Amino acid sequence: MKKEDIPQDPGALHNVTKEVSYAIDENGNYITELSTGWEVKIKALDVAWGDIEKKVADAKQKVLNNEASPLLYFMELKLMDIPILSAYTRFWKWQVKRHLKPGVFEKLSAKKLQKYATAFDITVEELKNVNLNETGV
Amino acid sequence: MKPEYEHLQAAHCENGVTTSLLHHYGVQQLTEPLAFGIGSGLFFIYIPFMKVNDGPAISFRTMPGMIFKRTCKSLNIPILRKKFSSRENARQALDNRLQSGHPAACQVGVFYLPYFPKEYRFHFNAHNLIVVGKEADNYLISDPIMETITTMTSYELERVRFARGPLAPRGQLYFPKEKRVVTNEQMKQAIITGIKRNVRHMLYAPGNIAGISGIRYTAKKIKKWRDTLGLEKSRSYLAQLVRMQEEIGTGGGGFRFIYAAFLQQAYAYHPVDELLDISKQFTQTGDLWRDAAVQASGIYKGRLTAQADYNTMGDYLLDIAELEKKAFRQLAETAKKLH
Repeated sequence: MKKEDIPQDPGALHNVTKEVSYAIDENGNYITELSTGWEVKIKALDVAWGDIEKKVADAKQKVLNNEASPLLYFMELKLMDIPILSAYTRFWKWQVKRHLKPGVFEKLSAKKLQKYATAFDITVEELKNVNLNETGV
Repeated sequence: MKPEYEHLQAAHCENGVTTSLLHHYGVQQLTEPLAFGIGSGLFFIYIPFMKVNDGPAISFRTMPGMIFKRTCKSLNIPILRKKFSSRENARQALDNRLQSGHPAACQVGVFYLPYFPKEYRFHFNAHNLIVVGKEADNYLISDPIMETITTMTSYELERVRFARGPLAPRGQLYFPKEKRVVTNEQMKQAIITGIKRNVRHMLYAPGNIAGISGIRYTAKKIKKWRDTLGLEKSRSYLAQLVRMQEEIGTGGGGFRFIYAAFLQQAYAYHPVDELLDISKQFTQTGDLWRDAAVQASGIYKGRLTAQADYNTMGDYLLDIAELEKKAFRQLAETAKKLH
């Protein structure tokens, strides 16, 4: 990549920091320069977030239909999956899977609910009611 | 506790931490490309039986932690790396190190990293940063991705040090044990070791999912994605490939440009013309990786949808594999001449 080809598109990072890019100058020597972002990868990140939003919306619908417990919604909202949630709560994966069922979730003890709430960085009250948390984070 | 610390911004966090920390501990010659090359950072792997964020597990670099480890080993710098089961001990060990006036590096998760924008906060647990001091309850952080030194409260730092999930850092703390001056002769030898190891990894990695054969394997997979995954899923997969290749940390072109820069800097230690020529070849493959990313973006933006477009994408990777194989073969030959 030539120095003048370093992209300077406005990415998600541009208010926070610029990233170091390596490119060659007119004599063919490597130099570093800061880049604000590249449209190609900004779009790639958009695709990833689009997928996440879709999963969150699906999860929410499932919770509202009583097909899944609110855990599913928060798990998707916090970009987690069962192994990660299991690691944060120290529940076994099969336990998390069980807790994803609405019937099982309703009977969870306050202590277990608190573990999930801590993992999601929310209160138990929020955890029990998906509608309360329209916007998420 | 506010030691003098020269913050260094780098393309990649582990290169940056390695370079900056070793500078502080006396190794003045080290640059980001040299650390990357000596640590044999260039790689490619596609792990078919693993998923990352519901997408393919692809990496353009070597395993986390290896660049620091190899660079220190090659330069004969003793290091200390420690994991903790107790948060209290982890905090104490860090505070003790800072109190003695020395910075220390931490492996952290980025999901709760407060100064990162939300868009970049995934459950990725192999980020690296340097803690350089503490003022009241705030730790001073030299994060190579950032332009300047930032801060985190002790609660925030503890949370990222004890992030959980894959590659959980478990409070991991690491630093060189003492100041060392490294001679140019040591640098020369370390460069040779780094090159030879990288050649081995790219040309002779066992199996067909790593190194050059991994690129070819991925090319073949991509050509099948449209049929096996459907349009929507293959778009997400290609977007993930591009993110792994270009996102913050790679310096662009899936680390190929940093490697090309390394070969140029290696020339200063080993004035053998082939190094400059091979450096140009890596610049070329880096450019090709970026061309491939543009092609991929045509697909994930929904502009390109035909099987022919996926074939073109796959062919880019096949061309890259061919060029990188040639470059590494030549590098292997050249490495024999270095001494």
